[in-house]
Amino acid sequence: MKRNLTVKGLTALTLALAAPVAMGEVSVEEYRAMLADKDANPGFLVIDQGEALYKTKRGPKNASLEKCDFGLGPGKLKGAYAQLPRYFKDTKRVQDIESRLLTCMTTLQGFDEAEIKKKLYADQRYNESNTELEMLAAYVAYQSNGMKIAPPLKHPAEKEAQKVGEAYFWNRHGPMDFSCATCHAEDGKRVRLQGLVNVYNKKDIQATMSTWPTYRVSHGVVRNMQHRMWDCHWQMRTPDIDYGSPATVALISFLTHQAKGGTYDLPGMKR
Amino acid sequence: MKNHTLILSALLAGAFGSVHAAEDLSAKVDKLVASSFKPGEGQDMSRLVQDDTQKLCSKTRNNPSAKDADAINKRERATIKYPDGNKLMGDWKNGEKLVKGGFGMRIGAIEPDKADKQKGGNGGNCYACHALDPKEVAAGNIGPSLTGYGALRGASDDIVTYTYDKLYNAQATVACSSMPRMGHNGILTPAQVADITAYLVSPESPLNQK
Repeated sequence: MKRNLTVKGLTALTLALAAPVAMGEVSVEEYRAMLADKDANPGFLVIDQGEALYKTKRGPKNASLEKCDFGLGPGKLKGAYAQLPRYFKDTKRVQDIESRLLTCMTTLQGFDEAEIKKKLYADQRYNESNTELEMLAAYVAYQSNGMKIAPPLKHPAEKEAQKVGEAYFWNRHGPMDFSCATCHAEDGKRVRLQGLVNVYNKKDIQATMSTWPTYRVSHGVVRNMQHRMWDCHWQMRTPDIDYGSPATVALISFLTHQAKGGTYDLPGMKR
Repeated sequence: MKNHTLILSALLAGAFGSVHAAEDLSAKVDKLVASSFKPGEGQDMSRLVQDDTQKLCSKTRNNPSAKDADAINKRERATIKYPDGNKLMGDWKNGEKLVKGGFGMRIGAIEPDKADKQKGGNGGNCYACHALDPKEVAAGNIGPSLTGYGALRGASDDIVTYTYDKLYNAQATVACSSMPRMGHNGILTPAQVADITAYLVSPESPLNQK
């Protein structure tokens, strides 16, 4: 080694020798700080769009969604998302925010479910704007901002969804042999540089669940929890998991109960 | 007599209750899966069908009994296939491309991987979970670091075979390992597994440079 190393050279050398992971973490931290600027969250625009859409008379029945019951009674949106998923008597099943939206769009507005499901998510590859479903979910969820995550666990179906949801969390299938637990059952794990939530770590899972729906910078749109479930399954190389399906609702029930007591901080902003 | 039957039932329930509960829960998960994916264009429902190893690892939450773990090791070992000519050390340069690639096998109607983008087959997606080349910062940590793998272990036939087998079917040695059975599940061909083996073991590989 040359003896006349400059201070600058030494610094560079020290940095180069520092654990590459640590350097990665620093830039990730800066990035996260930028993401935490709430006023700059483009998700608010999507929430406004969702509100307008929610109050517009649409569909074959020319009705708005204002009488939709998210569990606290027709039209009662304030705090409703904070108490989802829950059992609904009319559909006789546990529903999350997205599957309940589908119910209201079909029963109140007369839309055809299969027709709605043809376009669930904005395609980030083509810079698409959020779909109506995504806007609506963002708006309804935001009405629980600042409230505690408090899904009910009284009805046997709610207990069942949580329990079977956890069992499904450990279910390994597909060509990668993955389950959700492969990535999300230990502290401090990463895929590449992306940190992974440990759903058995209370703080970790609360931080995650309290910030969905979330504006995803890399997608340029607001994503909801159903999209997150689909995205993980897609990466696991399974077929597309069906929107609002029993497996997604059971999983989301499990995850939401793990995060119980956290405080919704919406809309979130993530990579 | 009646009392004895009752006691026996209670004993059996104590001994087998948890096993039955696990069976019951597995059956419920199967039902959940059956009602949550829809066949159609671009879907491949066969991917949802679990083999015996996946079933056991799911049911035991990756914590099989010693006896079950042995059975898994034995069964998975029997699946290992070697490339033509049994050459387990392939081309490390191609292996380097394979470890970087994360492409392939994503299906469905929403965002399937396009075949025309998939030159050279599927990626091994190794960096998702492992550190390899010390120059690559963006490495995951679900699996152990493999930086300097060959420099630490040498390149004896035993090491080469062990490495190839691990890549081809990780559960031949560790039952319910988190690692995909890359060869057995058809993500990588035997020749590609040999290329990655060379990338890990070969002294020329960037992974083994200081």
